[in-house]
Amino acid sequence: MHSDPAVIQKAIRKYLAVGALLFVFTGITVAVNQVHLAVPFAITVALIIAITKGSMVASIFMHLSDEKKWIYGSLILTVVFFITLMLLPNLTVSDTIGTTSPYTAAAERAAAKAEK
Amino acid sequence: MEIPYTVEPRPDSGLPNGKLGVWLFLASEVMLFGALFSTYILLRVGAVEWPHGELNVWLGMVNTFILIASSVTMVLAWAKLKLHDFKQGRLFLLITVVLAAVFLVNKYFEYAAHFARHEGPDHSTFLAIYFTLTGLHGIHIIGGIVVMLYLAGPGARLWHRNAEQYTNRIEYTGLYWHFVDLVWIFLFPVLYLL
Repeated sequence: MHSDPAVIQKAIRKYLAVGALLFVFTGITVAVNQVHLAVPFAITVALIIAITKGSMVASIFMHLSDEKKWIYGSLILTVVFFITLMLLPNLTVSDTIGTTSPYTAAAERAAAKAEK
Repeated sequence: MEIPYTVEPRPDSGLPNGKLGVWLFLASEVMLFGALFSTYILLRVGAVEWPHGELNVWLGMVNTFILIASSVTMVLAWAKLKLHDFKQGRLFLLITVVLAAVFLVNKYFEYAAHFARHEGPDHSTFLAIYFTLTGLHGIHIIGGIVVMLYLAGPGARLWHRNAEQYTNRIEYTGLYWHFVDLVWIFLFPVLYLL
């Protein structure tokens, strides 16, 4: 960030505008929740608004929109590991190691029946 | 011996050491909260029923407004210091501390209402993950308050010796504080609304 007073004054106006927008988005999130939408739709809307708000905080308040490549590098690594973390529940649910899949079980039953 | 690169950027990274250090710390924080969000998803997907309306949405919304306002005052504190206005910079820092304290007071009332109904973390899976996530977030708020009080109090002497280094410290504290706000931005819909 520059130390030029004019640039900083302009940035201050931007911070205030972003703060006001974050207030509005929070209001919208709660308002949408009061409408009682279908659960998958409500989750999608709430997460889209939360991601928008989070991006605004990160890019404007944390100055991520104008940072050095070392910081972007460390954050890309974080994102990769974070996505892996978020996929862990799915990987856990789809883990079939040590269990018999329904298809294999059906094939085994059919084979046993044929043998009889 | 003086610690190098507290103000001027390192030639290789183009950043002062403190800034890269704070970002690496925040990366570890993302993983900490990420693990708990992942736990939440796993518990929720595996649950036969998931409670709705157990939390006070309006109090949660007020706390969201408070944290957003505190993020604005935090970044204003840094901007004022960049303009060499120490008085206003410190004032905005103290306003941030007050807002953080109000957030914790609201959280206390929320927790107290739950415990009055004997709804502790052992009451249900939802409340277990709720208390874990919000408790950890609350500890981060307390940590932020301690650092900001230090910088507004005894740590402010640095301003008179090295104003730029002090401004950098406020920026790093701000990065942490915005991260705490960012976590709440996701916690609020996930726990209170969905």
